Amino acid sequence: MPDTRAPRRKYRIQPLDVVVFALVLAAVAYVAYRVDSVLVYTWDWSAIPNYLFRYDEESHRLVPNLLIIGLMTTLRIAFWGMILATVLGVVLGIARTSKRLFPRLVGWAYVGFIRNIPPVPFLFLFYFFISSQIVPLLGIDEFVRNASPPTVQVLELLFGPANLITNFMSGLISLSMMMAAYIAEIIRAGILAIPRGQFEAGQSVGLSRIQVMRYIVLPQAIQRVIPPLAGQLITLIKDSSLVALISIQELSFMAMEIAISEQRFFEVWIFTGFMYFVVCFSLAMVFNRLERRMGRHRT
Amino acid sequence: MSDSPPQQGSDNAPIITMQGVSKWFDAFQALKNIDLSVQAGERVVICGPSGSGKSTLIRCINRLEEHESGRIVVDGIELDEDSKHIKAIRLEVGMVFQQFNLFPHLTVLENCTLGPVRARRMPPKDAESLAMEFLERVHIPEQAGKFPGQLSGGQQQRVAIARSLCMRPRIMLFDEPTSALDPEMIKEVLDVMIDLVDTGMTMICVTHEMGFARKVADQMIFMDEGQIVEQAPPAVFFESPKSERTKLFLSQILSH
Repeated sequence: MPDTRAPRRKYRIQPLDVVVFALVLAAVAYVAYRVDSVLVYTWDWSAIPNYLFRYDEESHRLVPNLLIIGLMTTLRIAFWGMILATVLGVVLGIARTSKRLFPRLVGWAYVGFIRNIPPVPFLFLFYFFISSQIVPLLGIDEFVRNASPPTVQVLELLFGPANLITNFMSGLISLSMMMAAYIAEIIRAGILAIPRGQFEAGQSVGLSRIQVMRYIVLPQAIQRVIPPLAGQLITLIKDSSLVALISIQELSFMAMEIAISEQRFFEVWIFTGFMYFVVCFSLAMVFNRLERRMGRHRT
Repeated sequence: MSDSPPQQGSDNAPIITMQGVSKWFDAFQALKNIDLSVQAGERVVICGPSGSGKSTLIRCINRLEEHESGRIVVDGIELDEDSKHIKAIRLEVGMVFQQFNLFPHLTVLENCTLGPVRARRMPPKDAESLAMEFLERVHIPEQAGKFPGQLSGGQQQRVAIARSLCMRPRIMLFDEPTSALDPEMIKEVLDVMIDLVDTGMTMICVTHEMGFARKVADQMIFMDEGQIVEQAPPAVFFESPKSERTKLFLSQILSH
């Protein structure tokens, strides 16, 4: 097939590009200079690898150490948190656009309540409330205690060490509830962006209001809000470091321990930041692909 | 294509009855005491200046707008708060919109099968063959796998007509179906609508295509300021309208 595309326009470097580039270069050079000659800091990364994997004397194998264990917990929180927060956020987002007063009021109150308190007080208060009131009701502890060994293995893969599952659940639920409020607003914006004609066309072929939402409005709304939704889910992963405050032993919690015991703050935190970056950046790429795939019908 | 549900009531009972229907948008009264009855198989064309209540009138018939007073009975079903009645009526009444309102995230075929599968609980395979049948009737079976955004306006509107027909409605409502189309695409849509006339479908059409109206209408209605000003068969309506307002309107739209 002959190439019928318009020839690509050559990009010309403008004076502003040069200025921006020079400024960035200067900033990097300045930081490097301060660290190297003014701070006189001697870098020592040697402690880090040991905290990723350590050699186990008994089994003569490499086993995951604190950083990897912490990362696994972070990934577990991220995985379940994204599911839980998205589901709750979608329900709340729909409630906020409802024609009925009561769902709208509930959605409004929830979002208003959560968005206007900082995450730290919320996490502390909700953690104690949830872990003392809600989680015991779920009967998780008892379930884990009575479960057969293979079941426990699966549970540990999904939710982390058995003795910490209730703790994990409390942190997970608190974090997800917090994020759901923001996701609800994103979903609401998406729903409001769908033209009224879409609702009407759905109704005119006999679909119920729930069916119109499920088959027509929501798929289009979600597709439109994938970029901000991706941002919010990446925020969820980063903010999962907050649950270190309530003693969930995830990546930041572990990093704090190591930084203190090794007295190597820069190295440990830089490396930990890098681990978060890898996770979040990979997720961002996944969302990029998703966005492109879901946008296929737009021509 | 003629397995429509059995006639309800006696043969001469109107399929649509509106009695004293009024509708307000806040302080603005869009419909003032409308009385209208349409017989099964009848083709009614409604015209009138913008803001005269034409669209509102037909949108009340399938409850896209709620009337505040008066009675509407469609196919023997009273249109009231009862959501079962509303759904039953919507299953019998198809609607084609000025802006097509196709579902952009679904293919042409999926646009046509969504209603039958979800609202009528038809097996997907049956719905697909039904959809292909109607896509052939509107002359675009080859576009079944495309998305609406890949089609021209005229093609999109024909898909919208096929989508409505897939519900096997007894009544079709058209709300200015050609107003958003480029001139060269108007004919292909009107041709499809004329084909539909031959099937004996009850049709109510809001349009300014007077050539089309003259050809197919049994009744012409002229509306102004929320009221039916004139109602007559096309021969009478175009040749000797009674009201001055109708004459003025016709002279304005027929003169160019």
